[in-house]
Amino acid sequence: MSTATTPTPARRPASRSRLPLGGKLGPQPLGLLLAAPYVLFLAAVMAWPLLQAVWISFHDYFFTAPTAVVEHPFVGFENYVTAVTDPQVRQSFVNIAVFLVINVPLTAILSLVLASALNRVVRFASVFRVAFYVPYVTASVSLIGVWMLLFSSDGLVNTILGPLAPDPSWLVNSSLAMPSIALYVTWKQLGFYILLYLAALQNIPKELYESASMDGAGAIARFRHVTVPGVRSVTALVLILAIITGANLFTEPYLLTNGGGPDGASTSPVLLIYQKGIQQTNPDVASAIGVLLVIGIGLLSMLAARAGKED
Amino acid sequence: MPGQKTSDGPVDARSGAVAEVAEPSAAQARSGARRSRIALYAVLALVALAFVFPFWFMAVGAFQENPTSSPADLFPTGGWTTQNFTEINSRVSLLRSLLNSLIFTLGVLAGTLTFGLLAGYALSRLRWRGRGALFAIMLGVQAIPFQLLMIPLYVQVTRTYGLGDTYLGMILPFLINTTAVFIFRQFFLSLPESLFEAARIDGASELRILFSIAVPLVKPAIATVALITFIGPWNEFLWPFLITKQATMQPLAVALANYISNVAQTAANPNGAILAGAATLAFPVVLLFVVFQRFFRASDVSSGIKG
Repeated sequence: MSTATTPTPARRPASRSRLPLGGKLGPQPLGLLLAAPYVLFLAAVMAWPLLQAVWISFHDYFFTAPTAVVEHPFVGFENYVTAVTDPQVRQSFVNIAVFLVINVPLTAILSLVLASALNRVVRFASVFRVAFYVPYVTASVSLIGVWMLLFSSDGLVNTILGPLAPDPSWLVNSSLAMPSIALYVTWKQLGFYILLYLAALQNIPKELYESASMDGAGAIARFRHVTVPGVRSVTALVLILAIITGANLFTEPYLLTNGGGPDGASTSPVLLIYQKGIQQTNPDVASAIGVLLVIGIGLLSMLAARAGKED
Repeated sequence: MPGQKTSDGPVDARSGAVAEVAEPSAAQARSGARRSRIALYAVLALVALAFVFPFWFMAVGAFQENPTSSPADLFPTGGWTTQNFTEINSRVSLLRSLLNSLIFTLGVLAGTLTFGLLAGYALSRLRWRGRGALFAIMLGVQAIPFQLLMIPLYVQVTRTYGLGDTYLGMILPFLINTTAVFIFRQFFLSLPESLFEAARIDGASELRILFSIAVPLVKPAIATVALITFIGPWNEFLWPFLITKQATMQPLAVALANYISNVAQTAANPNGAILAGAATLAFPVVLLFVVFQRFFRASDVSSGIKG
């Protein structure tokens, strides 16, 4: 462990693949040792909290001092009932649906079109790439600061729109707050999906485009009949990742619309998990919201995966 | 993408095919291709502008005495100041929170570059019982949203282990980046098996093969992994926000968010101060990215996502 670059001669050169344990643990049991920290990490940070989240959602759970021994009685679906009957929770799920309806298709279409365009240019290609990726690599907190000012009542966007500016303004308008967030997230994340599509476009054989041109297919027809089917599996991935990212929306409603405002119009389920679970110390109801959210993501992702396979 | 073919396959092919038939129409096709090429560049340039514009707004506004909203102010001729940085620094210690961000990020980088590399090697080059299962779990893990784990992790880290307001508590849930493990695995898989066979025949131990053959060869992948891993914790907001109460422990993303939502209203020039904070948070990553963007390759990154 001490020297990673200069190889120290192994002290016991005979002891690796021919250990007595070798047979049971496979031909190279060293692999298990090398992967062990990562396995422990996954168990401690993923598997165990996942089980706990589900367990908490079925019990009457509250925060206690670490040493206190307290009962957390099983309450069945009570937390779920509390969550589902709460109008705030329902509204947050409607909000996230609005978000996904705008964000997911827009993301898939724009990123594929831009990636195909980017794939065809030689000059300035790296300049364009940097421009497209840079919002993705930048902290959302930082960019939210900018968008807040651009879209505020007397911000640059409204100044340019003049009499066409919406009233109340974008982020404080209950029917525009969520669409504004959806547009912001589309812009922020687009570079990442362009990157995924670029990798896929490089794998489409050039001959397909050539023979399509021979058959008289124009640029649009080639896009529809060669590009779109050629990247279908990546489209499924893009849809799934966009759904997962969107369903995890937190920072944007927390900061950009000042805590899910106006009047809950942009509250997201994760914002509620934070508010109910940690601020109002109801971790059990918050966990129930989380489990419901994950079930929803799972169902939508399965639909997206199917869309990627069918033709 | 660097070094990838970027020639325009379809259009070249068409003009080439037509050229065999008749010369004049070849010229026509060529001018058509030229026009569509200009249109392509124009569209890309417009979109690129829309992507970069907020950064321009941030950089200019951060140094303006009074950033306002008229389009003319986008290209100011005077009124430059560093007062905005002084203002936000008086409420949020910029240096201290930059240092916190750096420690958080370097901790995650160190964990990922050591344990992630070892795991990637074990998953690609060694055969042991459980390897297939681990790989399947890694694929599944990517579908679990962090937000579901948020409450149990919060309970464990802050209450059970008392790691609230500590760097360790911030780093732990991000210690090993799974995307990075995928990229390392993919990289080691691309090395020729003969290299490892030869060393084994020479009697080198598996440990020795790892440190004298695999690790020295992995340098090209390290740049990509470091870049991808860096942006995660540096930009992360939710987790450090949950577990840091003391201002002296907060990374810049958390400190800036608190400034925006609580303090800005009372500032003399809140817009300028917000933009100054935003620019401070964005600048290190944007700089790193622009300098090392050639390591942000489509093929490498997507192999890390798709597994």
